[in-house]
Amino acid sequence: MNRKKRIGPARWGIYAFLIVSALFFMMPLYIMLVTSFKPMEEIRLGNIFAWPVSFTVEPWVTAWTSACTGVACEGIRGGFWNSVWIVVPSTILPILLGALNGYALSFWKSRAADILFSILMVGAFVPAQVMMFPLVRILATLGLFSSLPGIVAIHTIFSMPVMTLLFRNYYQSIPQELFNAARIDGGGFVRIFLQLMLPLSTPIIIVAAIMQVTGVWNDYVLGLVFAGRDNLPMTVQLNNVINTTTGTRLYNVNMAATIFTSLVPLTIYFVSGRWFVRGIAAGAVKG
Amino acid sequence: MKSHPSRTLSTVLTWVALLPMTVTVLVAYLGAVLWSLRVSLTNSRTFPSDEFVGLAQYERLFANDRWLLSLENLALYGVLFIAICVILGFLLAVFIDQKVRGEGLLRTIYLYPYAMSFVATGLVWQWLLNPANGIQQAVRQMGFQSFTFDWIIDQDMVMYTVVIATVWQSSGLVMALMLAGLRGIDEEIWKAARIDGIPTWRVYVSVIVPMLGPSFATVFVLLSTGVIKLFDAVAAMTQGGPGTASEVPAKFIMDHLFGRANIALASAGSMVLLVTVIGLLAPLLYVRARNRRVQEQA
Repeated sequence: MNRKKRIGPARWGIYAFLIVSALFFMMPLYIMLVTSFKPMEEIRLGNIFAWPVSFTVEPWVTAWTSACTGVACEGIRGGFWNSVWIVVPSTILPILLGALNGYALSFWKSRAADILFSILMVGAFVPAQVMMFPLVRILATLGLFSSLPGIVAIHTIFSMPVMTLLFRNYYQSIPQELFNAARIDGGGFVRIFLQLMLPLSTPIIIVAAIMQVTGVWNDYVLGLVFAGRDNLPMTVQLNNVINTTTGTRLYNVNMAATIFTSLVPLTIYFVSGRWFVRGIAAGAVKG
Repeated sequence: MKSHPSRTLSTVLTWVALLPMTVTVLVAYLGAVLWSLRVSLTNSRTFPSDEFVGLAQYERLFANDRWLLSLENLALYGVLFIAICVILGFLLAVFIDQKVRGEGLLRTIYLYPYAMSFVATGLVWQWLLNPANGIQQAVRQMGFQSFTFDWIIDQDMVMYTVVIATVWQSSGLVMALMLAGLRGIDEEIWKAARIDGIPTWRVYVSVIVPMLGPSFATVFVLLSTGVIKLFDAVAAMTQGGPGTASEVPAKFIMDHLFGRANIALASAGSMVLLVTVIGLLAPLLYVRARNRRVQEQA
């Protein structure tokens, strides 16, 4: 590449725009971090952009162990574990079903299944509020409302369109001849799935897992309605810490709690890099 | 033709495998939508009732100031949010695509907010925009005593703060999708344009943007479904306030479902949302389906 390019005004403009934008995107993360390490007096008197003078980890300890989420004052660690218990099955089950649906739709074609799939794709656009009340009633009838299996079922239902689409598109890129050969060798529905297709699916399973863990972890409204008091996810507890506490607001604790809550998806984002972007592109309903 | 026994078994197994999807589609999607439609035509309060009142709930809904305000807010929010996200995201993608240094770092910075929840987003921006301790106070301390930036407590301006916060969260997504689109464009086009001496900006406006049509459509679909769903960010950032100034339909529906025990009115609201979504997306999905059919025939 020729490196003798002159840095003209246009080039400066491009860099200026990119850097100013980068500062805008970085600012909230910076403010969150510095606020979470300051004692309250410093926050009350000081500047929100200032670096902490008397550096303290106290807010982090308080946020984790003793911040009040409504009535109880046990920090947001309970919410963290609730979220873990919700996320694990709500990732495994939807991926398994998505793979199964995608496999059946791609290789065991039937008109009825295609029609169901079309409805499911339209369903992806139905706002959750439309289904909220009927789903509450259905889960209540089944005795699953406000329970862990209940919220897992809800996440499975709401993620089924994207998960199915993801695997269907992936399997449709696999040559039909491979499937035909397996059929001739006497492979049936189950065997071809378990021994041929699933081992081929690792990349798309990773993409699906990234999407699902991030999506379920960041969910607020479904957890609020369906999880029940004993299973409230971290996002709901975080909002309770900050918006329903009476008395003085401990901004440093609030910011530490916000970072704690964002830690799982942010870690996934920073570690997975391009995979994360691939998930966005694949999930962008190419229908 | 007589079917082979193993073929029959596989057909049965296929349907066993598709059972969860079948139940989900028929009960959770179709069933729930029809159920909500039915409830919206009754006079149900806390529990569903069988007394049909025709479209009375819809009349009541559109006579409700809070609902009308929430629709107005959503329209304002939607137009600004989508426009700013698309413009900012597209510009970032175009500028990043100029072989700049530190591309990977910049991309990471622009996209990380997208990994954060709307709740966390709302809470951070609530803190930043809080006039007593946030940006306003910081600027005043720098000597600009009369500087005022208190939109979050101003009834007329509060929706703009929701726009700022959610643009911060989502525009990286537009950047990522647009960048993917730009990288998919044939280098030959640039060479041809250079030979013909066409200025770069002109190529972008007249050639590249039209070629990115499908990317823009995808972005529009993603962002507009996000607009209709807008709830978490408002609940975390303003709780619909000050007063009811940042009320949005999804929050109106949630309040009437669970707080105010008026499920019929809430269901009527949810049907209005559903019709809006269909109205927005149907033409787009139709055009795409037709294009695909044309492609397949060619």
